[in-house]
Amino acid sequence: MAAFQSFFEGDVWWSFRRSPLAIAAALILLICLFCAAFAEWVAPHNPFDLASLELMDARLPPQWLDGGSTKYLLGTDDQGRDLFSALMYGARISLIVAAASVLLSLLIGVSLGLLAGFAGGRVDGLIMRVCDVMLSFPSILVALLIDGIGKVLYPNAPGGLAFIVLILAIAMSGWVQYARTVRGSTMVERNKEYVQAARVIGVRPWRIMFRHVLPNVMGPVLVLATIHVAAAVTIEATLSFLGVGVPPTTPSLGTLIRVGNDFIFSGEWWIVIWPSIALVTITLSVNVLGDWLRDALNPRLR
Amino acid sequence: MLAFVFRRLVQASLVMLTVALIAFTLFQFVGDPVNNMLGQDATPEQRQALRRDLGLDSTVPVQFARFVGNAVRGEFGISLKQGQKVATLIKERFPATLELSVTAALLALLVGVPLGAHAALKRGRASSQLSMLLSLLGVSLPTFEIGILMILVFSVWLKWLPSFSRGDVVSLGFWSTGLLTLDGWRHLLMPAFTLAVFQLALIMRLVRAEMLEVLRADYIKFARARGLSNRVVYFGHALRNTLVPVITITGLQLGSLIAFSIITEKVFQWPGMGLLFIQAVEFADIPVMAAYLCLISLIFVLINLLVDLLYFAVDPRLRVDGKLH
Amino acid sequence: MSAAPGRPKQARSPTGDRPKAEKGASMTTALLEVRRLRVEIPTRRGTLLALDDISFDIAAGEILGVVGESGAGKSLTGSAIIGLLDPPGRIAGGEILLQGERIDHLPYEQMRRIRGRRIGAIFQDPLTSLNPLYTVGRQLIETIQAHLGFSHAQARQRAIELLEQTGIPAAAQRIDQYPHQFSGGMRQRVVIALALAAEPQLIVADEPTTALDVSIQAQIISLLKSICRQRGAAVMLVTHDMGVIAETCDRVAVMYAGRVVEIGPVAEVIHHPAHPYTRGLMGAIPAMDEDRERLSQIEGSMPRLNAVPAGCAYNPRCEHAFARCREQRPELAPVAGTQAACWLHEERA
Repeated sequence: MAAFQSFFEGDVWWSFRRSPLAIAAALILLICLFCAAFAEWVAPHNPFDLASLELMDARLPPQWLDGGSTKYLLGTDDQGRDLFSALMYGARISLIVAAASVLLSLLIGVSLGLLAGFAGGRVDGLIMRVCDVMLSFPSILVALLIDGIGKVLYPNAPGGLAFIVLILAIAMSGWVQYARTVRGSTMVERNKEYVQAARVIGVRPWRIMFRHVLPNVMGPVLVLATIHVAAAVTIEATLSFLGVGVPPTTPSLGTLIRVGNDFIFSGEWWIVIWPSIALVTITLSVNVLGDWLRDALNPRLR
Repeated sequence: MLAFVFRRLVQASLVMLTVALIAFTLFQFVGDPVNNMLGQDATPEQRQALRRDLGLDSTVPVQFARFVGNAVRGEFGISLKQGQKVATLIKERFPATLELSVTAALLALLVGVPLGAHAALKRGRASSQLSMLLSLLGVSLPTFEIGILMILVFSVWLKWLPSFSRGDVVSLGFWSTGLLTLDGWRHLLMPAFTLAVFQLALIMRLVRAEMLEVLRADYIKFARARGLSNRVVYFGHALRNTLVPVITITGLQLGSLIAFSIITEKVFQWPGMGLLFIQAVEFADIPVMAAYLCLISLIFVLINLLVDLLYFAVDPRLRVDGKLH
Repeated sequence: MSAAPGRPKQARSPTGDRPKAEKGASMTTALLEVRRLRVEIPTRRGTLLALDDISFDIAAGEILGVVGESGAGKSLTGSAIIGLLDPPGRIAGGEILLQGERIDHLPYEQMRRIRGRRIGAIFQDPLTSLNPLYTVGRQLIETIQAHLGFSHAQARQRAIELLEQTGIPAAAQRIDQYPHQFSGGMRQRVVIALALAAEPQLIVADEPTTALDVSIQAQIISLLKSICRQRGAAVMLVTHDMGVIAETCDRVAVMYAGRVVEIGPVAEVIHHPAHPYTRGLMGAIPAMDEDRERLSQIEGSMPRLNAVPAGCAYNPRCEHAFARCREQRPELAPVAGTQAACWLHEERA
């Protein structure tokens, strides 16, 4: 509780209150998170319950256009799914995949970074070589490869496995930044007196790493993670758009966009526009927050 | 400096070997390597002969060496989907991807750097705030999204620009270019812009951030204290110092443009290597995937090397006695 | 005596009047006059008063030392004079006059022409003062050409001469080298050359030797002194090192918590300090010919800008403090050979 209180009196909160953009972004993000989390209760329909779909209502335009119906606020797609509801369910999938990927990425990257920075020597050298090799691939390529290989190895995989492969793919494409940042900070901290003192006392290296060094390097990691969430959402959407992302039974925003893409030439633009707007809104809000966080945590700008 | 170049070449080779290893693993152990080499329609005799030739009974390191030997000669077997030699396919598609990437890269640089510098120098102005917001948008919009929206607006609603393929191309020896025809340019416009947006926004933000840092440096304050004009301070000192890290980081980014072209090519059905790769992933066409992997790594590694050399040319502190060897 | 119109003649000048006894001193026109300068720094926790009614003069050709602890406002004074206060700091009151003309709120372009040409500046760290990507020669030539209408060849010749005068060997070759190819002391010589390139009348030197090796410090200081004397340029030398002050300066101003607490000729201030803080400073310097168990220290520390005590800023640490010290802020007033802001010496009721 005291930690909570001190946060609200701190510099970060002060900086937050002063930035209307950050506040707006946070609010929007909260609304999106809420809708995604509680889609079952918030959404007017469940578009993925096949029984509730009415094919007669397929391809209806948004409510305010000719031909629209009050039942479907933003119109329907080719299967009669309500787009407004689909947005919420889709956002949920997108956000879950992104969050899981970032978490995994963070775990791998921070651990390896701590190890490399603290141990130094050959361990450090090895980890840095691996980073170099990984960096010689652009992230999307890594994700595509892992995904593609997964499909080849397990062509009839159940949906769950597809998720795991996807999350792994996105995580693999991003951990290097964490590792490098943490390694750099760890190397700086390692030479500081409090670490040397702990070593002299006989505290085990693991404890030193996690209890002392880690809290001091988390600042930049937090900023990285925020921006990474936006990137992860984007990569997932891209992969799903390309058809190698989430399985078609649990569509994410990327899947919805892919479906909509088939209809832009036939005039049903709404099928592609709403998921697009939703996707951009989420990534934009997260990026705004990430930007603000980076400025707020930068000691030189205070 | 020679030592540095040598060391980097060694590093580059190591990276390439690792990539080759991954590609080799793909080639040999995921799917059937004989299939990969001969395609689906080979006869059993041909397969048997190839099995012997490939020495599939030999040890793995030998097979790897053989693979590397083949790879260096550009021999990656036959595409499972298309039935043609992978090398041929890639050669056909390469010009399309290169023209797209280079155009996008130039666009990103020529627009991004001035906008970023402007945003740093005129911080409070509405125009720079606006451009920073736009850059945020540019970083947040996925590439495929930009492509789709452009197609929606310019092809479907306005009907100004075509939405797929390269248009009329002119053949110059082994290279086919779309840059010599108006139609080619009309087809190039949207894909190049789509590909450029992310890089443009990134460069803009980078230049702005770097410049703001540089403007706080002591030598800028000292330059002002010597009474140098704003023009000299900004364009002589600040910009020059900003561009040094920017150019090198940008160089690295541009390498990834070629990879990002995968998405753009898919959206616009642009007949380049990226589209080839996507189709390969969909079809589990291992030879193509392996070849693409190696090629992209090579390009990346080369660009990295060039960028490192560029650093030497531009920053006098890295040279031994002030002169470039 | 040229006086700017409206300037009160012989008004009670609160700055260090040269005592008539000092040989050779006449009432020369002050080159630089700082009158009741106030500098504020707005922060999100309120506005800090970094300089509080600072006043002093610098005559043409003289070397004024400005000494004080870190945070006393010495560097800020220098920055304010050349018009390069780091934002959000700003001049909130008072005047700065250069040869009788106000320069404190000049528009940027006019101030730019004064900088380098009439007032030069030297900063603390020679490594970061020079642009690492440009040769020394280029930086010199651009400065010379910015103020004096020389051709490139003339400017280059001039640059080589400047380098030679600041003691850089093989100047004609080294002019084309980059800053990182010079040692620390050499770099500061280059900086001095740059500051003098356009022949200014006043140099503001902000801790020019702090970042250098002790063995080099003396060289650089004596170079600064001799080269400025040659050109008749005045120097405002900001430092925390009393030894440098003693060797180099004609007069010295002692700053504390954003105020000038004592100002006067160097010999007087050092041997007969009037302000208790100055006495404390002198006492804290270890002397080679004395035998002491411990260094004498001043108790406590300088107050932070957001917690300056009422009345005299030094009163919590002063062993002579009495009621008036806590209530009313003293102004600089003549005391024997110097001027000090202290109620102990009050001669006025």
